[in-house]
Amino acid sequence: MNGASVLDFARGPVFEIALAMLIFGIAWRLVGIFALRRPVDYSEPRAGTGWGSGLRMIVSRSWPRREFRERVLHWDIVSYIFHVGYAVAILGYVPHIMLIRNLTGLQWPGLPGGVIAFAAGLSAGALLALLGHRLTSPVLRRLSNFDDYFSWLLAFTPLVTGLMAYYGIGGNYQMVLGLHILAGDILFAWLPFGKIMHVILLAFSRGTTGAAYGRRGAPI
Amino acid sequence: MNTTTLGAGPGAARAPVGDNKQGSLSDAERLDRAMTSFLRDFNTTSALYLEACVHCGQCAEACQYYVQTGDPKYTPIWKVEPIKQAYKRLTGPLAPLYRLFGLKKAVTIEELEQWQELLYDSCTLCGRCTLVCPMGIDIPSLVLAARHGMQEAGLVPDDLWGPTERARREGSPLGATKQVLKERIAWLTDDNNVTIPLDREQADILVTISSVEIMKYPQSITAMARVMNHIGASWTFRSDGYEATNFNMLSGDRTGQREATMRLINAALAINAKTVILPECGHAYQAFRWAGATMYGRPLPFRVVHISEYLAEELRAGRLSLKSDARSMTFHDPCQIARRGGVTEAPREIFRALGADLREMGPTPAGNWCCGGGGGVITIHRADSLRHRVFHLKMQQVEDTGAALLVSSCSNCRLTFDDGQDFFHWDKTAHSLVELVADNLAERH
Ligand code: SF4
Ligand code: SF4
Repeated sequence: MNGASVLDFARGPVFEIALAMLIFGIAWRLVGIFALRRPVDYSEPRAGTGWGSGLRMIVSRSWPRREFRERVLHWDIVSYIFHVGYAVAILGYVPHIMLIRNLTGLQWPGLPGGVIAFAAGLSAGALLALLGHRLTSPVLRRLSNFDDYFSWLLAFTPLVTGLMAYYGIGGNYQMVLGLHILAGDILFAWLPFGKIMHVILLAFSRGTTGAAYGRRGAPI
Repeated sequence: MNTTTLGAGPGAARAPVGDNKQGSLSDAERLDRAMTSFLRDFNTTSALYLEACVHCGQCAEACQYYVQTGDPKYTPIWKVEPIKQAYKRLTGPLAPLYRLFGLKKAVTIEELEQWQELLYDSCTLCGRCTLVCPMGIDIPSLVLAARHGMQEAGLVPDDLWGPTERARREGSPLGATKQVLKERIAWLTDDNNVTIPLDREQADILVTISSVEIMKYPQSITAMARVMNHIGASWTFRSDGYEATNFNMLSGDRTGQREATMRLINAALAINAKTVILPECGHAYQAFRWAGATMYGRPLPFRVVHISEYLAEELRAGRLSLKSDARSMTFHDPCQIARRGGVTEAPREIFRALGADLREMGPTPAGNWCCGGGGGVITIHRADSLRHRVFHLKMQQVEDTGAALLVSSCSNCRLTFDDGQDFFHWDKTAHSLVELVADNLAERH
């Protein structure tokens, strides 16, 4: 396969399959969770239904509570660098925005390529640091499984190939770009099947606890 | 050979004491029962929690056991690994894929046996991990679900299972039977010259007790009576519904938990109580205030309050008046009443009314360290040295306040503090908030 055909392949059929897997997978996983029995709580709430607290916690748990900052904030910051850099690279890069426009009709102004490359570079660096942490921390080693490493790899590959394409590294531009898009496709397709699904589940699990604790008047 | 009886179901057979297994089930039967229980417990909430974990490890940083030992096995979410494994392999939306690719192995009996220590000896259900988890996963609720399976399988530490089984037989986990209660109340009445109503047929308020108080801190009962009488409330203790400590909930015995809950509900209904007051006991609060109605299957037809909430209400209403006690004090918020129960302001209102110099434990009441004795851990003797290790954190937190007096509102915490005080030859004793109030009642003119 030459560069052009890899590019066409990645942009065409693979992209469509990935998108289908993304949508179908998210729906499958959410339905699988919400089709289970819903617990009923007959206790008399202290403070309303808890809905407000649920929504509040979705936002507030984005930053660690004061009690824990000393022990966790540094890794939260590294994780934020990864996440924010990633989001900037995905949503700020003009070719990405054009793709989104073609799919949804939505669009917004892009950022200069240099800014995107910087954000992607920072994000990749943070991701490497997080991997190092995962490989060396006894707690993380105990918890980690295939999903953790595989999802890491799938998150890392589009960043690196994207940077390579941007800086013209790796020879044939079309080939590198094709591989970048392919990596993005695979990431999309995998999202619902591994831990990256947390981008969706996060709001539900935070909201559930926020509501349960909120109706008790307990701190969230 | 000593034998014990498994409290529930067809496993009610005999097994040797000391191996921390109950009943004479085969390993396969134990495993099967645990799995059936796990599967029955899964619901949208636990599924969300089990799906959402990103293996970030932050919960370890909040857990007293990890913080004090540095041992990764004490990572909170790791403590529920068997139930997580069972969910992913058998119930979750991706279960067929996990099985197909062999990504989640079936839970084994050896794993369940190995996890007994993590599920019982090293989790007080304190809920600190819930507060740190970026996904907001409420790990103690998963620990409780896992304990249900362990109880069904007869894999509970004997030290915790003993009181649980006794509670089902005698109505009290620590031997505080109806008869013992009646005798206690008779001698407390005589010794202290206080009226302690027992078994009144009608009363607005049913006051309940923890068996720890009956057996270890009977002065608490007198204190409750003096305070209730001072307020002029229409109240009673009932010998058919007094025991609020729900050890069965802690071991994972759902049937026993329900029986203990129903005794209180029926006693309250019998006297047409408008309010049930829960004693200074954290798990009683959790079991009755928050889980009681669900055990009943519908909303309770009366109000349920912790005694500290009731006292704060009465202060506000002007029916409770206190003398001043300006000593410096610090307050240990019992996890199940405050962090997981929502009662944080009431005790502080009481300290303000006393004019006490309250020195809060840092950094915030919500992040308060557990005493280390909750969740049934205080009963498990093989866990003593671990418990003492984590008690160190608590001791330090108390010391840092520089307060002269340590006060709490849970007799189980108090028991743990007493034990820790003894062990470390510490100069601080934990006092009861209700007793402090009773000692400072203003004269009625
Ligand atoms: S509830 Fe408390 S003791 Fe149990 S795992 Fe969480 S932090 Fe540790
Ligand atoms: S803090 Fe929450 S998301 Fe992170 S490992 Fe623990 S349970 Fe999982």
